[in-house]
Amino acid sequence: MEEDNLKNLIKRLSKLPGLGPRSAQRAALFLIKNKEKDMLPLSKALYDVAHYYKPCVQCNNLTESDKCSICDDPRRHQNRLCVVEDISDLWAIERSGVFQGKYFVLGGNLNIMDGRGPSELGIDKLVKYVSLMCDTHTSNEIILATSATVEGQTTAHYIAERLQEFSIIISRLAHGVPVGGELNYLDDGTLALAMKARTPVG
Amino acid sequence: MPEWQDEGIILSNKPYGELHSVASILTKTHGRHAGLVQAGQSRKRLSDLQPGCFVGLEWRARLEGQLGTFKVELSKNYSASLMDTPMRLSALLSLCSLLEITLPEREPQENLWDASKALLEILSLSENENEWLSFFIRWELGLLRELGFALKLQCCGVTGSTNELAYVSPKTGSAISKNAAGVYADRLLVLPMCLGGHTKTKEEFTAGIKITGHFLQKYIFNTINRNLPTPRERLANMVESLNL
Repeated sequence: MEEDNLKNLIKRLSKLPGLGPRSAQRAALFLIKNKEKDMLPLSKALYDVAHYYKPCVQCNNLTESDKCSICDDPRRHQNRLCVVEDISDLWAIERSGVFQGKYFVLGGNLNIMDGRGPSELGIDKLVKYVSLMCDTHTSNEIILATSATVEGQTTAHYIAERLQEFSIIISRLAHGVPVGGELNYLDDGTLALAMKARTPVG
Repeated sequence: MPEWQDEGIILSNKPYGELHSVASILTKTHGRHAGLVQAGQSRKRLSDLQPGCFVGLEWRARLEGQLGTFKVELSKNYSASLMDTPMRLSALLSLCSLLEITLPEREPQENLWDASKALLEILSLSENENEWLSFFIRWELGLLRELGFALKLQCCGVTGSTNELAYVSPKTGSAISKNAAGVYADRLLVLPMCLGGHTKTKEEFTAGIKITGHFLQKYIFNTINRNLPTPRERLANMVESLNL
């Protein structure tokens, strides 16, 4: 019986990103050896997140209440909305501290081959959100922060098309040379985009 | 151990496990071919494996029938230059998805290869919409022809005349002259000038896209119980609202 439980734990750990059966075995043995210090707090943390966390009703970010802390924060710019593909993208922008507006998490991008269309992404919910924003605030801006891939940019164009009916500024993140990047090591695509999006100096 | 070198156009790249991916590529001499790309989901590799990228390839497997592995080296990234232009990006995705869905695997398609490469060139270089749109319509006609469903647009399907061809029969795919159409004209598809008919400018492209879309759906997508790919439908909508 005990063996079955352990096997089950190893099997479940091996499904986690970055872990295979061998590393799952090591993790399981580590947890068993450090039961009080690591295993029980981990199981409690897993239980808490599983039971209390859900998507924010407004932006799809993870939250314990109905609205996430970002949507609830009155100090943030209420007329700026950044549309991201995934929660990890939201965390990345938050980490940088450069954006003080609100977010909308799509949960992926449009992908024809995988059959992921606009309805799967909840773009209708975004349109409703923007409509509400336009009713309550002026000089609204939507920043499309989708990834610089063909699917990501197709998603951005589709959203821009859907939001055309509103009188808002729609912008997207720039594509180009990363800080600390040397031109010699850049791929042709990035270089072409950087050249296209060049800006005047001074 | 079978192996070959070739060049190709990336059609799709699907994740396989956490690191690798399975790429589907239209190759110059081996047709549409799939293969595993080691670390195909890594940040460095991902930009080389975007749909529409032109790449140098090396395929290797233990047995001929196996999936095998690709070594891919980027030659030209067409998709990067089209990212800012929604209509051209839709055309690029239409090309990739149509080829991915309709072509059989591992059957050489030399004509389609040449036409697809030329279309990608025109999409990235062409200054005006007229040029690439009429080429795109011709490319779709070529796709229908290569798949065995060529439209007969050279002469009238009723009278055999080559003069005043103005319509296409949605049933047979034959051109119909103005005189032969008679009272049935409103049930026929309009034949644009770029395909030998009379309609010009914006209406020309709308009519052309409608004709190829109709026959792709009728001959190919209906048989596999699918609709035209989403980017192809979006492209048709964009053409309709085009200001030329």
